[in-house]
Amino acid sequence: MAFFFQELVNGLTTGALYALVALGFSMVYGVLKLLNFAHGDLYMVGAYIGFFVIQWFGGATSLSIPVPLLLVIMFALAGGLVGGLGVAIERFAYRPLRDAPRIAPLITAIGVSFFLENAALLLFGANYRIYNTPDFINAHSGISIGSVTINSVQILVLVMGLILMVGLQQLVHRTKLGKQMRAVAADREAAEMLGVNVNFTIAVTFFLGSALAGVAGVMAGLLFNQVTNTIGFIAGLKAFTAAVVGGIGSIPGAMLGGLMIGLAESFVTGYLSSTYSNLLVFGLLIAVMLVRPSGLLGQAQLQKV
Amino acid sequence: MSLDSPPPAGPQVGSDEWVARQAHRREYLPSWLGSLERASERAGWWPKLAAAAAAAAVLPLLGLGQFQLQVGIDALVIALLAVGLNIVVGWAGLLDLGYVAFFGFGAYGYALVSSGQIGANGIHLPSYLSIALVMVAAAGLGLVVGWPSRRLIGDYLAIITLFFGEAFVEFTNNVAPRTLGGPNGIVSVDPIRLFGYTFTSNQSYYYLLVVVLVVTMGVLRLLDTSRTGRAWRAVREDPLAAASMTIPVNRVKLMAFAFGAAVAALAGTIFAVQQVSVFPTDFDTPILILVYAGLILGGAGSIAGACTGALVVMVIYDGLLRSPTESGYLFYGLILLTLLAKLRPWRRLALVLAATVALGYAVHAIAAAISDSAVAGGPHSTGWIASALRDWVVVPANATVAGNWGFVVLVCLLIALVQVSSPWRAILLPPTLYLASFVWETRLATEAAITRQLMIGAILIVMMNARPQGLLGSRRVEALT
Repeated sequence: MAFFFQELVNGLTTGALYALVALGFSMVYGVLKLLNFAHGDLYMVGAYIGFFVIQWFGGATSLSIPVPLLLVIMFALAGGLVGGLGVAIERFAYRPLRDAPRIAPLITAIGVSFFLENAALLLFGANYRIYNTPDFINAHSGISIGSVTINSVQILVLVMGLILMVGLQQLVHRTKLGKQMRAVAADREAAEMLGVNVNFTIAVTFFLGSALAGVAGVMAGLLFNQVTNTIGFIAGLKAFTAAVVGGIGSIPGAMLGGLMIGLAESFVTGYLSSTYSNLLVFGLLIAVMLVRPSGLLGQAQLQKV
Repeated sequence: MSLDSPPPAGPQVGSDEWVARQAHRREYLPSWLGSLERASERAGWWPKLAAAAAAAAVLPLLGLGQFQLQVGIDALVIALLAVGLNIVVGWAGLLDLGYVAFFGFGAYGYALVSSGQIGANGIHLPSYLSIALVMVAAAGLGLVVGWPSRRLIGDYLAIITLFFGEAFVEFTNNVAPRTLGGPNGIVSVDPIRLFGYTFTSNQSYYYLLVVVLVVTMGVLRLLDTSRTGRAWRAVREDPLAAASMTIPVNRVKLMAFAFGAAVAALAGTIFAVQQVSVFPTDFDTPILILVYAGLILGGAGSIAGACTGALVVMVIYDGLLRSPTESGYLFYGLILLTLLAKLRPWRRLALVLAATVALGYAVHAIAAAISDSAVAGGPHSTGWIASALRDWVVVPANATVAGNWGFVVLVCLLIALVQVSSPWRAILLPPTLYLASFVWETRLATEAAITRQLMIGAILIVMMNARPQGLLGSRRVEALT
């Protein structure tokens, strides 16, 4: 039974991570109706930024600043820079295509993703960059309940994930900005006619979504300890799955989907074998899509003429 | 600039009169280029296809080496894939991101029934049988994968097909390693044997591919103008309207998937035989993106466009970007051509070029005065480009870090260039051009393998934004909504 609970904790942690990436993805889809294939690569950029922040302050073994401050700087920088990158991508690559046929921005997004992945390869090389998290966050610290341990990195990821998700939910449903976002998502032209600054709203959405991906990238670095230029693709795929399973465009749906995929992956790896975990995740997606094309919490779109 | 060509006489079957007239009222290029354009329009499709086939057939006789021949073969395989993808993406408007899996299915299918992989002695079916079998099976698989397209539209279909593609790679990597070989793939595949002739040399595969590609293009051309072809385009433009015009939308979509899959499988069989082996990594996302880049560059929706685009992309990707000399010609040539085509008036173009040259010599002189090591590297290009650039572009002795920062700044500058208005653009251009040359000489030319991937990504982004109809496609006539 202890094994079960340990896998549960691990699954919840990775699930929170996927949920954060899926949230950003889902938000962007909500306002633009665009599958941002580059979203996973933004996560990868965030992970690299975290790594370079550690290097900047003297490396994992000889940090020149206290660890909490380091974490704050890592998350703030990754969130800010990746958010800015997301806004730049939207401005440069997606905005000119806003009224083009649906297929055009999708193909552009694939191009952006491929470009980012290879730009990272050019800049940072193909080697794995190692965070060495245990050198500055004690892996044995944390909470133990019976034989189940939740180490401090997992606590950090779970708590931050929870705060960000609740914060985002509040932002979207309680603030004026959130109202504008929902208006743009519901009907862009109508929102524009009613005085919503559509370009600004979309830019802010891109900023928030990309920043979430950047923060999730740093978390992944802390949790999995290694970064390379291809981590974005597979994380992006899992985030798509999470967003789609939960119902694309729906924020609680993205969280639910992320947690489900994290748990499924963790249990399959723990009880069966790690070779089949990706296949299973893809299979899960296809099954959900066939049964409920609008996702678990999504609403079916009526086709209007 | 003539608009005076007469409208086509009488109503034509299958083309709306208004659309036909609009398509006919177009501008031609000035002078002899225009008359060439008109002549090519009058010629019809099959003389052009025959001419292209003849040109492709003559090419190996001009003394191509084995390397060039291999590039040609790879290019033809990708062209065949692009032509097949055009059915699904270009005509039916369904974004199929699992297309490469059909290519892989064809390759693996052929390899399984034509090698010692299954059973004690293996299965060695005759080629005509195995190719036909694999194509039919792939079409069946296409129906299965296309099944969700009955309910899912646009983006959802893109995701589900993407997952199908990924699942294929995972499947071949992990499932049944005894039969599929896992990451080691299947080796020693039988050669194709048709009409008593066994294809062994690269030259024979080149010709086989030319014949297959030409026949496929001919068949697809007939398909395009058929009832089914028109139905595909109707479904692409508006499924609801098409359905109300009694077009069986679901069946038409599935047909597009099946035809596309069959063509991909055909390409896969030839690919497997020519390589003599198949590996899971041959059918991963980079190939998919390569095929898309070709299709988009040439123009989705046009057979000739898909084929030409794929050939151009592959010859650049596989051939030119491998040699430092040729990639240098390509890089600087493309920059000059873009400037020539886009920068007007001529006075401004001359000014920008002069400013760039002057800027380079000034920067080089300053850098050399400050420190000798700042200019110690020398350009990475070879030949006369290198000697022309030696005193112009600054290349430090250890250029990696500087080149990396240069790359980041260059991307920012390029984005800024697109955003700012005209006078600023002319001011920003000289430093951008100089920086581009700097980044090329320090990083991009040295990392050719990465550069060509970056180029593919850039093609997709730039083409979609600047010319969504591709190089050869014509802009779609937008009906009033």
